[in-house]
Amino acid sequence: METAPKPGRDVPPKKDKLQTKKKKPRRYWEEETVPTAAGASPGPPPNKKNRELRPQGAKSTHILKKSRISKKPQVQKKPREWKNSESQRSLSGAQDPFPGPAPVPVEVVQKFCRIDKSRKLPQSKAKARSRLEVAEAEEEETSIKAARSELLLAEEPGFLEGEDGEDTAKICQADIVEAVDIASAAKHFDLNLRQFGPYRLNYSRTGRHLAFGGRRGHVAALDWVTKKLMCEINVMEAVRDIRFLHSEALLAVAQNRWLHIYDNQGIELHCIRRCDRVTRLEFLPFHFLLATASETGFLTYLDVSVGKIVAALNARAGRLDVMSQNPYNAVIHLGHSNGTVSLWSPAMKEPLAKILCHRGGVRAVAVDSTGTHMATSGLDHQLKVFDLRGTFQPLSTRTLPHGAGHLAFSQRGLLVAGMGDVVNIWAGQGKASPPSLEQPYLTHRLSGPVHGLQFCPFEDVLGVGHSGGITSMLVPGAAEPNFDGLESNPYRSRKQRQEWEVKALLEKVPAELICLDPRALAEVDVISLEQRKKEQIERLGYDPEAKAPFQPKPKQKGRSSTASLVKRKRKVMDEEHRDKVRQSLEQQQELQQQKEAKTKPTGAWPSALDRFVR
Amino acid sequence: MSANQVVESLLALSQQEELVDLPKDYLLSESEDEGDGDGERKHQKLLEAISSLDGKNRRKSAERSEASLKVSEFNVSSEGSGEKLVLADLLEPVKTSSFLATVKKQLNRVKSKKVVELPLNKEKIEQIHREAAFGKTSQILSKWDPVILKNRQAEQLAFPLGKEQPAIAPIEHVLSGWKARTPLEQEIFTLLHKNKQPVTDPLLTPVEKASLHAMSLEEAKMRRAELQRARALQSYYEAKARREKKIKSKKYHKLVKKGKAKKALKEFEQLRKANPAAALEELEKIEKARMMERMSLKHQNSGKWAKSKAIMAKYDLEARQAMQEQLAKNKELTQKLQVASESEEEEGGAEEVEELLVPDAVNEVQMNVNGPNPWMLRSCTSDTKEAAAEEDPEQLPEPVAHEVSESEGEERPEAEDDTLLREFEERRSLRKRSELNQDAEPAGSQETKDSSSQEVLSELRALSQKLKENHQSRKQKASSEGTVPQVQREEPAPEEEEPLLLQRPERVQTLEELEKEECFQNKELSRPVLEGHWSEKIPNNHPDAPKEKKKEEEMIDLQNLLTTQSLSVKSLAVPTIEMLEDEVERNQRQMIKEAFAGDDVIRDFLKEKREAAEASKPKDVDLTLPGWGEWGGVGLKPSAKKRRRFLIKAPEGPPRKDKNLPNVIINEKRNIHAAAHQVRVLPYPFTHHRQFERTIQTPIGFTWNTQRAFQKLTTPKVITKPGHIIKPIKAEDVGYRSSSRSDISVIQRNPKRVTTRHKKQLKKNSAD
Repeated sequence: METAPKPGRDVPPKKDKLQTKKKKPRRYWEEETVPTAAGASPGPPPNKKNRELRPQGAKSTHILKKSRISKKPQVQKKPREWKNSESQRSLSGAQDPFPGPAPVPVEVVQKFCRIDKSRKLPQSKAKARSRLEVAEAEEEETSIKAARSELLLAEEPGFLEGEDGEDTAKICQADIVEAVDIASAAKHFDLNLRQFGPYRLNYSRTGRHLAFGGRRGHVAALDWVTKKLMCEINVMEAVRDIRFLHSEALLAVAQNRWLHIYDNQGIELHCIRRCDRVTRLEFLPFHFLLATASETGFLTYLDVSVGKIVAALNARAGRLDVMSQNPYNAVIHLGHSNGTVSLWSPAMKEPLAKILCHRGGVRAVAVDSTGTHMATSGLDHQLKVFDLRGTFQPLSTRTLPHGAGHLAFSQRGLLVAGMGDVVNIWAGQGKASPPSLEQPYLTHRLSGPVHGLQFCPFEDVLGVGHSGGITSMLVPGAAEPNFDGLESNPYRSRKQRQEWEVKALLEKVPAELICLDPRALAEVDVISLEQRKKEQIERLGYDPEAKAPFQPKPKQKGRSSTASLVKRKRKVMDEEHRDKVRQSLEQQQELQQQKEAKTKPTGAWPSALDRFVR
Repeated sequence: MSANQVVESLLALSQQEELVDLPKDYLLSESEDEGDGDGERKHQKLLEAISSLDGKNRRKSAERSEASLKVSEFNVSSEGSGEKLVLADLLEPVKTSSFLATVKKQLNRVKSKKVVELPLNKEKIEQIHREAAFGKTSQILSKWDPVILKNRQAEQLAFPLGKEQPAIAPIEHVLSGWKARTPLEQEIFTLLHKNKQPVTDPLLTPVEKASLHAMSLEEAKMRRAELQRARALQSYYEAKARREKKIKSKKYHKLVKKGKAKKALKEFEQLRKANPAAALEELEKIEKARMMERMSLKHQNSGKWAKSKAIMAKYDLEARQAMQEQLAKNKELTQKLQVASESEEEEGGAEEVEELLVPDAVNEVQMNVNGPNPWMLRSCTSDTKEAAAEEDPEQLPEPVAHEVSESEGEERPEAEDDTLLREFEERRSLRKRSELNQDAEPAGSQETKDSSSQEVLSELRALSQKLKENHQSRKQKASSEGTVPQVQREEPAPEEEEPLLLQRPERVQTLEELEKEECFQNKELSRPVLEGHWSEKIPNNHPDAPKEKKKEEEMIDLQNLLTTQSLSVKSLAVPTIEMLEDEVERNQRQMIKEAFAGDDVIRDFLKEKREAAEASKPKDVDLTLPGWGEWGGVGLKPSAKKRRRFLIKAPEGPPRKDKNLPNVIINEKRNIHAAAHQVRVLPYPFTHHRQFERTIQTPIGFTWNTQRAFQKLTTPKVITKPGHIIKPIKAEDVGYRSSSRSDISVIQRNPKRVTTRHKKQLKKNSAD
């Protein structure tokens, strides 16, 4: 009930037919717009999240002259239930023309439902059943509320669409910049920094700030939207990688020997000597962990909130220089020279999983924001997209002429690959669908070979670091159009940032909770449960929850002889036995049927002479 | 002769004990017949002797059975009578006296008085009291059950328990209590009244009200309910009439008729006094009835009954009387009267008679239909009342039919009722039939089921036997066939669900297994070397083994996976890439192949995977002690038998997650750090972990929920008002009377006193 129903959508689609048949007589009050009933109650105050949502006209690059914007299809509304509203007749006798709660699209509600109802539950007692019902009702209610608040996501993503068969890949940046508004056009720029060699770059989580470090020691951070420089230093050492920590105020730089941390003024805060010869950095924002992969083959997790090293894992695969994180479950993916990608969690000494991806070494790995797809490219010049949901099988494969040296996913699932001095972007059907590798969505050529790639969060912008400097290019439809103002607000003030920092620290997720399936944490630890039960049985000498063996009741009038008792007991036992046998028989029959189904199609009629075949 | 009989009976007894004496006895009895006087005494002695031998009859010896010795000074003989001695007999004197009468009376009185039962013992009394008290208390307390249940299931409880806030009164109610006071208000009110504007409650003009009335669903519902009621009443009436009609007693019918006539007369008398005009009408009605009667041949003595009665009248007084009665009636009826009423009025009267017979509510339907409410017709067609309309169609045609039948003036109104009744009957019979069908079907199916289940049972036994055999044979096959991993693969799917811990180590049973174990260990050493060619070799060696084939397929799958020819990107818009031609690509591929010729990534990976699988497999435990029970020393190995006996085989674990994924190694180790955060104990009402998991699947944090949902999900279960005393719940709080509560308190405060009081009362009773 967070939003007042629009008066225009009152007619449910299912009622249409009826209305054509019998015209509803017009009532005298229908001209007025519910004077007392609806007008009396002003809408509820918008909740906190809503207040933070602001129109983002300035940053959207969706509207283009050349292309039409594909809009989200209108979702079908639930048929409104006509409610009997005799009880609530108002003063004038007029009735609410829109009785009941506002309708919610079913698909959207389904999106927020988390209880997997497909799994069958064992028979439960009345009390447990009532609890289950309460949980389900709660889930439905919350998901409906979430679906209602979806209305507040005002922005819609848009894509480039070619006019009748036009290849979008042929649209170059200049065309796009020409088409978009000035503010968006300003987001396309080139930083010509030829002096300090190939650059790595990183956007902050809000997408507002950009940090980049050149191979020859040039480190700079800036508010890239306003182009305001925060700091610019030369660390006089080779910079391997650069990464913002939880906020834009802290900056981790992997230098030739050690890992250094700078603030946004460029002042060196820490030099972490336990992380040496770091090649790649990843920051896990919800765990406050900085994962570093080093030349020595160690994957080190550094807790930046307390400054302790949580885990140092030896990957036992030589030099590590390919790393990415899975944003869904905070698992670190490492690419190795033997063609495998290993998945790591700080809680385990061994990799959670190892996937053989390429015949040659792995050059780049990227995981999309939903955690369902992983893109890898190897020395065998192949680009593969893997399904990470349990099967780890490649969904699509593509051979690239030079092979991709860098890969990155955007928030909405666009895949970018840097191949030499060319950047290629592929788009999928929707957010959770894998990018189809058949047709590139956009291509762009840079002035030097690509060294770092990242999509800017909440902006349709791709940042490319190369040997000629930094290029910020426009990629329509790359980013999530709506941002969560409480979580990562690009427009937040300093005070808001500090507040957010405290809250984020309070909600820090312990490092040991990182596992392949984060939903498994919401499951009961069955193994220890079993262990406990076993111990209890041993302690007590019997199973307290076991089904008591059948004990026949004594009967009167001399019918309670020992023989009859035994007979009755035997009867029950036989019945149970029969049940068991029946079950196993059914299973066997099923198996047989399956077998027959497999073997049958080959057969001609069996001959009578078959019995002599040995 | 009697003595002889006694002897014989005694003989049967003595036979068991003294078989030797038998011939002697016979001799004696024979001799007894000869000498009577002397022999009799001897015989008596013998009898005594014999009877003294038997323990049972020893008592009898005191009694005398001879006629001569019947009366003695100690023994009162009871011979012959066989009845007990009654107290009164003793008192019976030779002659009656008045003293004894009083004594007798007293004795009688004593006898008539009931014997007071023994009082129960103390424990028993206390127990009874306790039981009664418990029953009463639990009954009193049981009324709290719904309150407790409600509070337990409530999402939130707020303390201290306050009265619920009264609902905000609707504005109509507020207005109704308000009166115009100031002149201005009064003026306005007069104006309103002039224009017939409603002032209070509905606040609607008549027109508006009518429009509302027209479309109100409630009215339709009410009407429907009324109709239903009417129908029900009618059916009751019918049933009653039918029941009464079935009564065969003529006397009853006569009585009923007479009663009706009397009643009618009485009513008529009353009506005449009260309302002469109505009485006149009534009179007309009676007149009409008379005319009808006159028209019929009922009292002309021409019917079957009358004829039979005429024959009987000669002999039977009653029959004669009946005849006479009828004749009298006939006379009375056939007397011509000069008053002639109009036919229309008569008809009206007839209708009224019918109305009397049928309850009013039935006829209301007609009234409504005929009624001048134009809205009704509209409401039937309006789509807003579809629901009502759907229900109605059965009813709507009926009133219409009524209308039609009424408009045809000639038809008797009974016809309507007949049609109605017929309809009802038809419907009822239909319903019954359907019910019967339903009843019949399940019964049939059950029968078939029973017979089939019998067959199944007999078959099951045989099959279960077979099953066992099958299982055993398969086991043997598996053991003879080859390596352990294959056995593991063959494991049926249902066992996967079996939890890990339920599998226990079991001892190796057969020699083959042991050997297999050994050879497997040997193989392990050599396998890595062979591994590369293994997959190609095996299909040639064992083309018929399906399992090997499967494994081989898997390997090939992995090979395919990495070497599949993938499409290359051709549609790049960048000139440098467009220049690349197929030849260049081919060259490149060749180069790559050459570059990776040396290191076989796949083989390494497979090896690694196999090692991981081996490492995660549970190990067997070998408990053999070399030299225990046999010769020991260097170079001596414990015998195979010993080793077989002491090797404990580990259970096969669940299949690996990556069993069917050739390119993946998934770590099977538990994340114990994460497990520390997991739930380890099932909370109370749940019996299975999956049930509980379902209740905690929705996140409650504000990251995942809207603000309102978050607030609702995290509301505290109990709210207390700070600074207020929370008093225990009272009966008034939940709408009970307080009297019963005091009962509890009394009992609870001093249960002992109550029981003692009761005890005292009981004692008093017993004393009386």
